[in-house]
Amino acid sequence: MSTVTTSFPNAATKWHLPSRGKVAMAGLIIAESAIFTIFVVAYLFYLGKSLTGPTPRDVLETPIFYTVCLLSSSLTIHFAAKFLARGITFAFLAFWLLTVALGGLFLYGTAQEWHRLICEHGLTISTNLFGTTYYSLVGLHGFHVTAGLIMLMVVAVFGLSGRVGVEQSGHIEVLSMYWHFVDAVWVVVFTVVYVLGR
Amino acid sequence: MARNSGMKNGRKEMSARRTRSVLSRCWQIVLPPFCSTSALWAVGTDGTPNNGTNIFSPASTPAKSIADLSIFVLVITGIIFVVVFALLFYSVVKFRGRAIDAGREPAQVYGSTQIELAWTIIPTLIVVVLFLATARVIHAVQDAPEPPDAVEVTVIGHQYWWEFRYPKLGIVTANELHIPVSNPRHPTPTFVQLLSADTDHSFWVPELAGKTDLIPNHPNRMWVDPQRTGVFLGQCAQYCGTQHAKMLLRISVDGPEDFASWVRAQQKPEVEDAGAIAGKRVFERNACMNCHSVGGTPADGRFGPDLTHLISRTTIAAGAAENTRDNLRLWIQNPSAIKPSSLMPSMKLSDADLDAVVSYMETLH
Amino acid sequence: MSSNVITVSVGQTEAKPWVDELHQWLATVDHKRLGILYIVSALMFLVIGGVEALIIRIQLMHSHNNFVSPEVFNRMFTMHGTTMIFFVAMPVLFGFANYLVPLMIGARDMAFPRLNAFSFWLSFLGALLLYFSFLGGSGLYGAGNAPDVGWWSYAPLGARAFSPGHSSDYWTLSLLVSGFGSIGTAINIIATILCLRCPGMKLNRMPLFAWLNLVMAGMVLIAITPLSAAQIMLLIDRYLGGHFFDTQAGGSAVLWMHFFWIFGHPEVYVLIIPCFAFMSEIIPVFSRKPIFGYPVMVAATVCIAFVSMSVWAHHMFTIGMNSYANSFFTLTTMAVGVPTGIKIFNWIGTMWGGRIQFKTPMLFSIGFLFQFLIAGLTGIMMAASPFDWQLSLSYFVVAHFHYVIVGGILFALFAAFYYWYPKMTGRMLSESLGKWHFWLFLIGFHLTFDVMHVPGILGMPRRIYTYEPSRGWDTLNFIISVGAFIQALAILVFIANLIVSYFKGATAGNDPWDAWTLEWSISSPPPAYNFAMVPTVASRRPLWDLKHPEDPDSRYE
Repeated sequence: MSTVTTSFPNAATKWHLPSRGKVAMAGLIIAESAIFTIFVVAYLFYLGKSLTGPTPRDVLETPIFYTVCLLSSSLTIHFAAKFLARGITFAFLAFWLLTVALGGLFLYGTAQEWHRLICEHGLTISTNLFGTTYYSLVGLHGFHVTAGLIMLMVVAVFGLSGRVGVEQSGHIEVLSMYWHFVDAVWVVVFTVVYVLGR
Repeated sequence: MARNSGMKNGRKEMSARRTRSVLSRCWQIVLPPFCSTSALWAVGTDGTPNNGTNIFSPASTPAKSIADLSIFVLVITGIIFVVVFALLFYSVVKFRGRAIDAGREPAQVYGSTQIELAWTIIPTLIVVVLFLATARVIHAVQDAPEPPDAVEVTVIGHQYWWEFRYPKLGIVTANELHIPVSNPRHPTPTFVQLLSADTDHSFWVPELAGKTDLIPNHPNRMWVDPQRTGVFLGQCAQYCGTQHAKMLLRISVDGPEDFASWVRAQQKPEVEDAGAIAGKRVFERNACMNCHSVGGTPADGRFGPDLTHLISRTTIAAGAAENTRDNLRLWIQNPSAIKPSSLMPSMKLSDADLDAVVSYMETLH
Repeated sequence: MSSNVITVSVGQTEAKPWVDELHQWLATVDHKRLGILYIVSALMFLVIGGVEALIIRIQLMHSHNNFVSPEVFNRMFTMHGTTMIFFVAMPVLFGFANYLVPLMIGARDMAFPRLNAFSFWLSFLGALLLYFSFLGGSGLYGAGNAPDVGWWSYAPLGARAFSPGHSSDYWTLSLLVSGFGSIGTAINIIATILCLRCPGMKLNRMPLFAWLNLVMAGMVLIAITPLSAAQIMLLIDRYLGGHFFDTQAGGSAVLWMHFFWIFGHPEVYVLIIPCFAFMSEIIPVFSRKPIFGYPVMVAATVCIAFVSMSVWAHHMFTIGMNSYANSFFTLTTMAVGVPTGIKIFNWIGTMWGGRIQFKTPMLFSIGFLFQFLIAGLTGIMMAASPFDWQLSLSYFVVAHFHYVIVGGILFALFAAFYYWYPKMTGRMLSESLGKWHFWLFLIGFHLTFDVMHVPGILGMPRRIYTYEPSRGWDTLNFIISVGAFIQALAILVFIANLIVSYFKGATAGNDPWDAWTLEWSISSPPPAYNFAMVPTVASRRPLWDLKHPEDPDSRYE
């Protein structure tokens, strides 16, 4: 037998705690930021220290278009989430699919750039310090974009089959936090690699 | 180089230093017998006693500055320990629950802002004092300028031996360092550059200085000015692989004449000894020279220690064995018998070849 | 304030077939069961890591000993360190956090029960990966080899050139995998504490246990990930031809050190802060007073968390940083001693004026206070970087960190075991066996680790498989090894106590210690749902308020 004595709360007092999904995603974002910070530090530390091989200035071309794609996808996902919160599922789905398309375009751009770097300039991860740090940093980011894109596509499938409604808006907001994070990381990576690094 | 500037700074500085040196002397008397219960100050094969490896027996300015600072830190932490332990002990004894108190709870005290402030501010002040004392020593040791007539040695760490080069004197040797003693009035310090050929190592001769690591692609610098002659011992302190434990150091601090004659002997190339021609042929034929150098001969391998003056050294295999004919023979025949996983392979020589090459080695004074 | 009494009957269930029981344990998402899984697996690895330590100590018992070859010795110290930090200390602390945090905040479970289970199994898989290296390590001749690069695997020793074969890779992968598990648990703890507290439990009314685990979890997020990053970089070097730490290609061995210690230093605070949490719950109960200075304890812990992120290069004082860097890290390392000292004073302040009961949890707590004080002071000694130029990489450092980990963390853990075992199992641990455990372990601990400072002062470096007889270290090492065996004996007594008391211990009841936090308001062991009705609290010690309605804490807070 276990006996429990409790007292019930005063009906007038409110007890509001943050949503667990948002707190958890904030935690994940903090952890991921730390990982990215280490890779950025390695990139910056090794700037100009390669003993051989192509330098950033020789081979890098600023990916303005694909950056615009990725950053706009933050805007579109923001609208998608807002529409879903208001229950306008058609608009949500439209903006969501646009986000997926823009994200996919960004990945295509990365693939294209890597193809050029490897085949035309012979820059691989083992060529020199620049190659190692560049592919690791951009690759880590691309990996996170891919993971995010997979999640976005899963939601798209559910959305297209009519299973995403206003009740899921909390989950959608959590997922969009991740996507915003991925975009923010790209701003940092872009600045470090394509602006400062050259 | 840290100079004795007591005269300039007045009496307080002098008496503080005297107190510190008295305390440090006390430690040097108290600590060794207490600690080294089975310590035998080993005697080297040449009869001179070896010094120990006690960080509180400094023989050189860096080690001495460290020891003095350490005493200061020990005293302060000792006082803190006594105070806090007394509080703990008192509370455990005075406030132990007794049977007569059963059922009654003591006064429920939640905290006290004044006490919290007190035990925040006092430790912070202690930290400030300790930091300032420490920062002075850091700068004095690390930023000491190199005088133009300092002896310069380049130490290159290998798995599992030490390469010593004296660039200004044209000497290359291994595992046993000779440096001149330094008179405090006319210091002749030795400035050491530390490099590594493979993994990380650490150069630690406790009675001469704190340790500094040897890291590939990251040259380091340290200095010593030993103020008494003798042999100082140490060993590698950064785990570098299987035989890290057997990468020993012998620093021979010589008087000025002894050092000069050692330098002259080391600068001479190998002297041809007719009786050892057979051994020399064995040496050259069997790929020994791929790894080893002998000055004045075609052998110029850099992977293993320079053997030009092998017999001038007291030990072989970085201190793993005494430098005797038998040990040398065993080492060449099967290095793993003395130092398993040493990177020198067993050359699988016949007995005749082995004896010949050992005889040749013995001519390398 | 209205109150209702709810009586819940927990009926006797029939004995289940063992397969069902096993399945329940393997498939569980219940925080209490996962907590116990963490704790039991940690105990298993404690024994394994302890055997590795004994092998080390036998080999070092006298100079030029031949108990094990240098290769085996080097594997032993690598595995001992890696096991103890990652597969004993972290899991056992996560286990206690898992078990107790929801109970203390009046919650039903952790915020993400399935993530909780996933994190545990990741951690366990990591441990299995590490130990599989004994079988699958070198890959070259089929004979297994555990890693032998030290638990830091300094570059370039960890590179392909110096560590061929797969031993190092098992080390890397196991830490990477279990690191992700740790991050999952940390996210779970944070979400649980921030989002699932019962009504009335504002942040400044949470038990300090919850606060300190919240801080610890926050540190895990920022501290473990640098290690994950470094491990990924090492894998890229070893398998994709990368040059992160390849000194031949211009890479930096020092960069690995920075990354490793940016993880490594906060990691030791991750380990000690939950132990502070144990002390902050146990010492008040056995002094019969509330914790002295609750807000200061919280502030000091947060302060420690921040400052500890800035001290990492005190592990690198000998690598040749310039004098300004050395001075900076000296300052921050000494500074972190101030909030830590404040906590020690507050615990003593809690005992001051109390009525101390010397039950086994309190004995271990007093041992903790004494030893943690000494460990902190030897830490201050090494914070003075010139002193550290002598002491670093020697047995003084080994003595220092074992003083913290064994004398501090393990003692606090023992206290936690004796305190919360009744809650978890419904049985009291034997007090007499507990006292045998305490005194035997105390004697063995001090024999080993007090003496161990001396060889360091006498110039004995660490990680050496043997030493010269002429150095004078023989007697000291012998004494140290004897102490290790006494500690091993004490651990056996402890394990015997755990097992015997499970079957024969006195029934604990809800609240055997007359304590004040919510976990003592429910049965021992608690029902699966924890609380039949969600509790409401009005102070930091809800059960004190219930037991002392004439003088509740809520009047003073």
